[in-house]
Amino acid sequence: MCPHVGPVEAARLAPPLFGKAMDASLHDVLLVGGGGAGLRAAIAAAEVNPKLRIAVISKVYPMRSHTVSAEGGAAGVIKPDDSLDEHAYDTISGGDWLCDQDAVEAFAKEAPQELLQLERWGCPWSREPDGHIAVRAFGGMKKRRTWFAADKTGFHMLHTLFQTTLKYEPITRYDEWFVTKLLVDDGRVQGVVAIELMSGKIQAITAKAVILCTGGCGRVFPFTTNANIKNGDGMALAYRAGAPLKDMEFVQYHPTGLPFTGILITEAARSEGGYMLNKDGYRYLQDYNLGKPQPKPVLRSMELGPRDRLSQAFVKEDEKGRTIQTPYGSIVHLDLRHLGEKVINTKLPFVRELCLKYQNIDPVKELIPVRPVVHYMMGGVSTDINGATPLAGQYAAGEVACVSINGANRLGSNSLPECLVFGARAGEAAALFAAEQNAPDGNVLAQASDEQRRLETQFLRKTGGRERISTIREEMQTTVEKSAGIYREGSSLKEATNKLRELQERYHDINLDDRSRTFNTELEAALELGFMLDVAESIVQSALHRTESRGAHQRTDFPARDDNKFLAHSLICRNADGSSRVEYVPVKITRWAPGERVYGEQPQEKHEQPQAISAERAS
Amino acid sequence: MVDKIILEITRYSPEQDVEPRFESYEVPVYKEWVVLDALNYIKDKVDGSLTYRWSCRMGICGSCGMMVNGEPKLTCATFLSAYARNGNKVRVEPLRYFPVVRDLVTELSDFLVKLRNVKPWLIRKDEPPLSQGEFLQTPEQLERYKQFSMCINCTLCYAACPVVGLDPVFVGPAAIALAQRYNMDSRDQGADERMAVLAHPEGVWGCTFVGECTRVCPKHVDPAGAIQQYKLMAVLDWVKSFVMPRGHKSQGCPQ
Repeated sequence: MCPHVGPVEAARLAPPLFGKAMDASLHDVLLVGGGGAGLRAAIAAAEVNPKLRIAVISKVYPMRSHTVSAEGGAAGVIKPDDSLDEHAYDTISGGDWLCDQDAVEAFAKEAPQELLQLERWGCPWSREPDGHIAVRAFGGMKKRRTWFAADKTGFHMLHTLFQTTLKYEPITRYDEWFVTKLLVDDGRVQGVVAIELMSGKIQAITAKAVILCTGGCGRVFPFTTNANIKNGDGMALAYRAGAPLKDMEFVQYHPTGLPFTGILITEAARSEGGYMLNKDGYRYLQDYNLGKPQPKPVLRSMELGPRDRLSQAFVKEDEKGRTIQTPYGSIVHLDLRHLGEKVINTKLPFVRELCLKYQNIDPVKELIPVRPVVHYMMGGVSTDINGATPLAGQYAAGEVACVSINGANRLGSNSLPECLVFGARAGEAAALFAAEQNAPDGNVLAQASDEQRRLETQFLRKTGGRERISTIREEMQTTVEKSAGIYREGSSLKEATNKLRELQERYHDINLDDRSRTFNTELEAALELGFMLDVAESIVQSALHRTESRGAHQRTDFPARDDNKFLAHSLICRNADGSSRVEYVPVKITRWAPGERVYGEQPQEKHEQPQAISAERAS
Repeated sequence: MVDKIILEITRYSPEQDVEPRFESYEVPVYKEWVVLDALNYIKDKVDGSLTYRWSCRMGICGSCGMMVNGEPKLTCATFLSAYARNGNKVRVEPLRYFPVVRDLVTELSDFLVKLRNVKPWLIRKDEPPLSQGEFLQTPEQLERYKQFSMCINCTLCYAACPVVGLDPVFVGPAAIALAQRYNMDSRDQGADERMAVLAHPEGVWGCTFVGECTRVCPKHVDPAGAIQQYKLMAVLDWVKSFVMPRGHKSQGCPQ
């Protein structure tokens, strides 16, 4: 296992150059990130003990967080024809058996409770005519269990959570503060250093427990659905503090992004009955072991297959020359025309709005051009089932974390309930942990002064730098896409290793145009680039070491799944000298033996899973 | 040949400038580009100190509102090509009526306080255990408040509202619409509590029904409609207090 923390930095007390790094505000539980997971965790901590001093620190106002962009829905078993075991099985098989099954079982069990809780807080879930919660089909799910608020589910969840937090007095907010470093002393995390964007003040914010809820890292790639703020901040913060990152090689490409913008067209468009068509108008997924085309959507079949398989099918179709070439890459079509205006307006209003506003097409009458787009990070900061990382006092939940319930490929509509279930678990666990801890001591404040000095000398006061942020960022994005895209290969991953090392060197030669204190977004972009370079390295290294193909990680030089060697999570850790190493820990199997992923069976002939652990190993 | 267009952008840094000024930048116009793409082009290639907020680039996070040629707009949803004919100049300024922090960044803390003051959360007198399942709500009941729940807090409506310009204490369109979103929710029982803020002279009665808020709203929330609806509700409530002086309760919305 990785060492959790480095030695304590020498307490070199020097007067701060500006601001007051010593002005430490003390909190019991500090949330870094104010999206779905962070806000849910804050409420959970407040409910454990209303006397706790809880704070949410976020680089944007919480309602700007990227949860807001989630569209299709949130899975949780609620209907009588469904069962927790079936949700667990769909998740585990969808994840190509790389999920920890104890975590998945807890997740399936608690997801409906969390979604109900959100209903009680006012979330405007879409309804059946009789007033009960409505559910829709989603990719890789054998039953209809995805709750939705039209196709703005994440938006409504986030605003409901944000508005609900406003009634909790003990929750302090640091809006538009950017965290640059975790403060680690005496073997545990005791706070952060952050820049208040408005004033440029650099300050230590200490806490007895810190929960990272910073989301994913899609911006490491050139073409992504992820917002500009998704830079892997929390992953890099944890990695630098000595915590391992788990399964970083597993990056999800969503099969239907609009070309140029990368705007996501929700999977719900397919669950409502949309077709994927190649350049000949042919439903090409039937050629990729995903079932036979039917006029109506069939669960776990064709367009309702899992995202990894659909994105891989696109690449194969492209290789056969059956896609359409555009200035923004090859595309296929998503056809919603047969659904009719009424269904589109009721169930998919945001899809229509996005197509009209950003692509200038009307899906009621026209085909939607789409291509696979980087969407989600299955990997992240390694945590246990309560969100605790191996580094004491540090927790993580949501996309930044890897529990792991998503394994090698996440199913659509599992990520929103993941934010709620594991946000709540982490919030409770951190609150209980904080109650047992002493207040942070002076050592962390000395570290904060060091960090302040680093920001000054490396960025704000540095002269003579020659590199532009955008140049390095673009080269990094191209490198990661080329080597760690939908299909990977050893030699290009090795090349990428060298290129990323070069970019790390050049990063130290960055020049800022902006030296002001007030709202310095260029400094922020520079620090985000630093985070992304570390995350890029962890993705490429983890992909290089996994010499098999599983879920979203497809190696052309190792095309088969290898359960003997790789039914295991990768853990990448940073060594003291700055290099990294990759280790493996076994997957937790409780009740479902690894088997073959089968999609596209006809409903009447489907074999009834879940299989018991004694079932014959199919792989 | 790629078309070019001039962007005249407000620049203001409190550390260097006494007052805001305009600076011009020539940028290429591609048909897919929105105003935000042009700002990103300038920041990446020309001047890294240009300061503005943005995040999702799909019209849902509410960060990138600015005045574009005098109109409050989400810059991620405003195509540059739409302005290419207007003498090839586009003026980009921070949202009107807000204090400016720097360049195109406005100060939002007052707006956040107003949002909180209207108690935008579900208020219940009873809290049945979760085991009793969801509160039932028919699609028709959902429809009554759905529109008001679509607000992304982009604050374009504040930049459009002449009352906000004259009276900064006015609660304002988005906050009132949000209050009404909960008042109209069949699960909510908190309209009385919200009345204290909304019935104040700086609450709904401040609105002179200009309707600009509804016109500029990128999400069709119709704050002006929410305000009118609320005024009617408040008057009915007031009348009821004479007809049924004891025991009358505001139920938020007619069921």
